[in-house]
Amino acid sequence: MTIDGKYTAIGKYLPRVDGVAKVTGAAKYAGDINMPRMLYADVVRSPYPHAKILKIDTSEAEKLPGVKNVITGDYYAKKGGLYLADKNFLAHKTAKYRGEAVVAVCAETPEIAHAACKLVKVDYEELPAVLGPLEAMKPDAPLVHPDLGSYRVVPIFHPVPGTNISHKHFLKKGDTEEAFKKCDKIVEHEYYVPHVQHCPIEPHTATVKFDASGNLTVWASCQSPYAVRNALSDSFDIPLNKIQIISEFVGGGFGAKAGTTIEGIIIPLAKMNVGRPVKFTYTREEEFRDAYVRQGMLARIKTGVRKDGKILAVENNFYWDGGAYNEYGVNIAKAAGFAGTGPYNIDNVTTNSYCLYTNHPVGGPYRGFGMCEIHFCIEQNLDVVANELGISPVEIRRINGLRPGDKTGMGEVMQVSGYQPCLETILKELKYDPTPRKVGDHKIRCMGIAAGWKSPSQPTDAGSSAIVRMNEDGTFFVHTSAEEIGQGSNTALTQIAAEVLNVNPDRITLKSGDTNMNPYEWQTVASRTTYCAGNAVKLAAEDLRNKIFNLAQMKLGYPARDMYLERDDENNCTWVVASKYHKDIRADIKTFSLGMPLEDGSGIGGPAIGVGTFTLPNNMAYNAADSQSEKGVAFWTIGVTGVEIEVDTETGHVKVLQMLSCFDPGKVINTELYAAQVEGGMIQSLGTALYEAMILKDGKLMNGSFLDYKIPTAYELPDRLESFVCEFAEETGPFGARGIGEPAMVPGAPAIANAIANAIGTRFDRMPITPDMVLEAINNKKS
Amino acid sequence: MKKIDIKFILNGEPVELTVAPNHTALRVIREQLDLTGAKEGCGAGECGACTIIVDGLAVNSCLMLAPELDGKNVLTVEGLAHDGKLTDVQQAFIDHVALQCGYCTPGFIMSTTAFLEENKKPTREEIEIALSGNLCRCTGYKRIIEAVEDVVAKRGGK
Repeated sequence: MTIDGKYTAIGKYLPRVDGVAKVTGAAKYAGDINMPRMLYADVVRSPYPHAKILKIDTSEAEKLPGVKNVITGDYYAKKGGLYLADKNFLAHKTAKYRGEAVVAVCAETPEIAHAACKLVKVDYEELPAVLGPLEAMKPDAPLVHPDLGSYRVVPIFHPVPGTNISHKHFLKKGDTEEAFKKCDKIVEHEYYVPHVQHCPIEPHTATVKFDASGNLTVWASCQSPYAVRNALSDSFDIPLNKIQIISEFVGGGFGAKAGTTIEGIIIPLAKMNVGRPVKFTYTREEEFRDAYVRQGMLARIKTGVRKDGKILAVENNFYWDGGAYNEYGVNIAKAAGFAGTGPYNIDNVTTNSYCLYTNHPVGGPYRGFGMCEIHFCIEQNLDVVANELGISPVEIRRINGLRPGDKTGMGEVMQVSGYQPCLETILKELKYDPTPRKVGDHKIRCMGIAAGWKSPSQPTDAGSSAIVRMNEDGTFFVHTSAEEIGQGSNTALTQIAAEVLNVNPDRITLKSGDTNMNPYEWQTVASRTTYCAGNAVKLAAEDLRNKIFNLAQMKLGYPARDMYLERDDENNCTWVVASKYHKDIRADIKTFSLGMPLEDGSGIGGPAIGVGTFTLPNNMAYNAADSQSEKGVAFWTIGVTGVEIEVDTETGHVKVLQMLSCFDPGKVINTELYAAQVEGGMIQSLGTALYEAMILKDGKLMNGSFLDYKIPTAYELPDRLESFVCEFAEETGPFGARGIGEPAMVPGAPAIANAIANAIGTRFDRMPITPDMVLEAINNKKS
Repeated sequence: MKKIDIKFILNGEPVELTVAPNHTALRVIREQLDLTGAKEGCGAGECGACTIIVDGLAVNSCLMLAPELDGKNVLTVEGLAHDGKLTDVQQAFIDHVALQCGYCTPGFIMSTTAFLEENKKPTREEIEIALSGNLCRCTGYKRIIEAVEDVVAKRGGK
C-alpha cells in the first residue's frame, strides 16, 4: 500500500505467475516424473459390489517374468481415514464396492503389471449389497461396516454402530413444530442428485520411493500434501520427518485430490524395492470410479410460509449415498447439516443430514462440498413455494435472503451478507424476465435465478503458515504449502506478499508443493486458501517488514513507527522511507537482506526472514446437541446466478444462452482470476445440470469414459458468460478477502433447473435434466 | 517384441530412436525424450491433452503408435517458443487467463496452432467446434475462445 493508502498489488489484475511454465510445457506435474529403474504398479479389482474375500492365489502372477511383488490386503491391515478411520488402502477381508482394489502388483513395465493382475485368482463369497441411501437406512439393511463401533473417529462426528449411518448431523434452531402450526402454507418436496465425477483432466498419479535410510519420497497429484503426509504416517507408522510429499502443480483437483488414495496402495510395494521408484497412474475409467466421486443425495424439504412470503420454518432431511468408505464423506453430510437453510433468514429450522454407507464408489469432497447438491433442492423448492403463494421467485428471495444482522441456521449473526446486492445486480444485468418467449416454431426462451452460499468446512483450528525470505538483491521467496491446483493461489499469494512489502510482484517467487521445503498448511480445500494461507503470507511479510524497520531505525536514524515502504518500479527497487515528512531519508530494502552492516565492519540482524502463522480467530466448535454456534464457520460466501436458456421443443435439447453470476467474495485480490474462477464454476455447474451423472447399475459403473459421460466442451459455451462482484470486506480476511472457488459452482444448476421449469411448466426433481426428460415432459403436456 | 528404429524431425531437430512397436507416440515422446508437455488424460483420444502436430495436422498422440512417427515432422508444445519468445498463441493464452491448472493447456495450444493454419478467419462457432475435442474442466472455455479470437484479429484475420 502506498503512503496515500492505495493498493499497489491487490485488487488488480496480475497475469498468472505460472502462465509461462504452463503454455510452454515446462510446468511439472506429478506424472511427469521419469526416473531410471522405475517400477510400475497395477491392481486387481473386485467384480462384486459387496463380497467376502475367501482366498487369493497369487502364485501364477508371481511366476510371470518381470513381476516383482504381488501383495494383498494383509499388508494394509491398519485402517485409516481423515475423520473416520474406516478404510484400508487395499480391501481387507471384504470388498465393499464394485471396483475396489483387492490385490496390488508391481513389475518392470506397466504391461507386465497389467498381465500379472489377470493371473491372480480371487475366490469371493458374494454378500448382500446396499445400493441406495434409503435402502441403507432400512432397519434390516445389510451392514457395510459391521465393525463401525470399533473405528477411530474425530469426536465431532457421530457414527451409529449396528447401522449404515456413518454420521448423523442434527441441527435445531427455534421450534419448527410450533412454527409449522402458524404457517399459511406448507410445501413438501423430494429431490435427487446423482453421483457425479470431478473429471480433472489429470488422472490421479503417484510415484513413491524409499531410500536406504528409510526416507520416503512421494510425488503425488495431491491438493493437500500435509494431509497426505499425515495419513501415510498414520497408516504405515512412519515418522513425519521421514516422509516428503512433492506436488508442484496439480492438473485439476476440485476436491478429488484432497484426500489420500493412490499413494497408499503403492507404499508397501516401494518398501519391498528400496531405491526403486514405484509409479501408479489411474486410467480414465479408474479415475471415474476409484477416485472420490461426488456422493448421490436424496433430499426431503418441508417449508412453511406465511402468505406474505416470509418463511417461518424449514425441515430438511438429507440422505447421502456415501459409498463404501465415508472417512471424508461424513464431513460433507456435516456441512450440509449446518448450511441446510441456504442463505436465508429462517427462525425455525430442523435439519437431519445422514451420511450412509452403501456399496457404491467412495464419496468425497467435490467443489461445493455438499452445497451444489442441497442448493439444487433448496433453490428449486423456493421457486415452488413462491409459485404456490402466487408471488415471484424474485420477491420470495428479497423477503427471505440474508441481510447483515440476520441469523444463520447455526444461530450466527451475519456481520456481512452480499445476498441482496448480488440478487439485484443479476436481475439488472440479465434484464430478468421469467416469461417464456417463443422463438421460431419450436424454441422457447426463458430465464431463471438461484442463490447459494458456502462456508469452509474445516476444523475450527485449521492452521496455515508461510515464510518470506529476502535475497541479497532485494528479490524474495515466499514459501507456503497452499497448493496450486489451477485456482491461482500462487498468483494471489504473490500479490498479497507484494502488497505488504510494496515490491513489484515480478521480484517475488512463490514456492509450494514440497513438505520438506515449505511450512505447514492444513489442506488446499474449502475455498480457504486465499483466506487462510493468504493471512499466513500477509503475517509473514509483515513480520519481515517489521524486522527491516527495526534495523532501519539505526541506518536512517528515525523510529520504526513512522517508516513505510515505497515501490519504485523505475529503479526496480523498494525504498525503506523514514517517514512521510522525511521522504528523502531512505534506503534500498536490499540493504537489509543479510541484516545490516555497521561502520566498524561488524553486522547485526542476520538474513531477512519473516514468519507467519495463522489459525482461524474465534472459530468455535458448535454445540453437538443442536449445532448452534456463535461463530461456527470462518465466513460465508454468498452469490446469485441468473440464466437464460432455450428449449428446443422438438428435440428436448436445452441450450444455455446467458449465464451470469454475482458473488460477494470480500475484497477481490486478482480481478481476472476472480472472474475466471466464477466462469469455470458456472460451466461445471452447467455440466451437472444438463449432462452429468454416473450411471450405477447393481453397483457397476456403466459410463466410465468421456464418450459415455459427457462434460461440457467449448461448443456448449453460452453466448454470454459473465461474472460480477459485490465486495463487502471480511473482517478477518487478508485485506478483507474471503474464498470464491467453490461458491462459484453452487447456484448454477438450480438456476438452470428453475429456468427450464419457467420455460415448459414442468419441474424436474432430479438432475441432469436430459433431452429425453424434457421431451417427455413436453409431450405429456400436449397429450 | 522386436524393437523398431525410427527417424523423424522433432521440433526442428533430427531424432533417431529405437522404440517398442506397441508404445504410443505420446509415451515415447514423454518417457524416452523427456518432453512431458503433452499429457495423457484418457489414453483413448477423448480429451485432447496429448495433442501434438504431425506434418501440420493436430493428432492425439495417445492414439498414434510410435513407429508411425518415422519420417514425420513432429511439433510438440516445447518446440513453439524460440529464444524465450512465446508464439502469439501461447502469449494470448496467458494474456486472456485462458488456463488454470494448465494440464490441458499444451493440447489446446497445439490444436489452436494447427487449426489457425487451416482456417485463418474462423468464426466463433468454427473455433468452438475445432476445439471441442480438447476438454478443459477449469476455465469454462470462454477465455480460451477469446484468446484464439485475439490471435486471429492480431494476425489480420478480422
